[in-house]
Amino acid sequence: MKRTLFVVVGLVLVIGFFLSASMVRERRAEELSSLAEEQSSIFVRPHSPTLGDEDAKVVFVEFTDPACETCAAFSPLVKRILEQYPGKIRFVVRYAPFHQGSDEVVRILEAARKQGKFWETLDLLYRSQRTWTRHHRVVVDQVWVALALAGLDLERLREDASDPTIDEVIARDLADAETLGVRRTPGFFVDGRPLEPFGAEPLMALVEEAVRERYPG
Amino acid sequence: MSSDATASQRPPAVEDPRSERMEPEWLLLFAAWGVAAVATAGSLFFSSVMGFTPCVLCWYQRICLFPLVVILARGLFPLDPGVVRYAFPVAALGWLIAAYHNLVYLGVVPEGLQPCARGVSCSEELVEWYGFLSIPLLSLLGFTIINVLLIAVSRRSSA
Repeated sequence: MKRTLFVVVGLVLVIGFFLSASMVRERRAEELSSLAEEQSSIFVRPHSPTLGDEDAKVVFVEFTDPACETCAAFSPLVKRILEQYPGKIRFVVRYAPFHQGSDEVVRILEAARKQGKFWETLDLLYRSQRTWTRHHRVVVDQVWVALALAGLDLERLREDASDPTIDEVIARDLADAETLGVRRTPGFFVDGRPLEPFGAEPLMALVEEAVRERYPG
Repeated sequence: MSSDATASQRPPAVEDPRSERMEPEWLLLFAAWGVAAVATAGSLFFSSVMGFTPCVLCWYQRICLFPLVVILARGLFPLDPGVVRYAFPVAALGWLIAAYHNLVYLGVVPEGLQPCARGVSCSEELVEWYGFLSIPLLSLLGFTIINVLLIAVSRRSSA
């Protein structure tokens, strides 16, 4: 009797946990896909840096933090995915500077963008990340040291990085991240579908599925 | 030969039907275990399913909460009211941290005293059910019930 009661309550708890977890996940996926249809602007803002064909049908969005280790680790995979489906994917970067001091790095990125070197700079920042982060904090001076190799006009970069319109871009992206439930980086969405569960294999599968849907045959 | 004789003198291995009776102490302990288990499931739900990152104070409370599920379950089979000796200090500590967390959350404890480091703030509002039920309050509620039940068990078994 006692044991039965104990086992039943335990089972109800465990089963209830997994049932409600899958319900929450399903509902969130539904909400996101309806958001993707009704207001796709929430995934891609006019100010967002994009890579790839303008006419590409698959929209691959990454909410990234330049100081996030996992974002840096995923960067080669993202590149490989883009190479795998040439002309079919439009890659969009959104900012989610959750680490302390990362908004400074986003400013520098936006300034590099004005010199037409956004993607090179992002790549360089990811690869040199270890040299300019200490205990998950950004050491801004070291960012500038890392940038010395980027072939940028650093004088102009400093000036452009203090442009107040960048604040608006960051605020907009952070607000969209909040709406879309991005609490950790990288936050991936492929045609509005979030990466769930998180991982390299699931990301490749998610992109493959979207490409197959948009480019049948 | 002699060992056989002592074995036959032992009470039969079959459980005494009286032990299947639900003693009040057992029910109280079981209720305390149930609250700890529900709270553990809820806490894991917030972090793993909803994606909330636990703040520092949340972690300290979880450290006090999670082991209660195991310790109290051990005290249920067979019933051992003495489990309160081990469970109560942990539960009481959890209650204190939960109480402190609520003070931080409500802003009673000044910002500078917050032991929260990077990223997650202990006073960030993530859930506010019915307009007042926050995660720190749920924790305090859970620890309060567990402590009251454990005190009741120890009163009964010492009386």
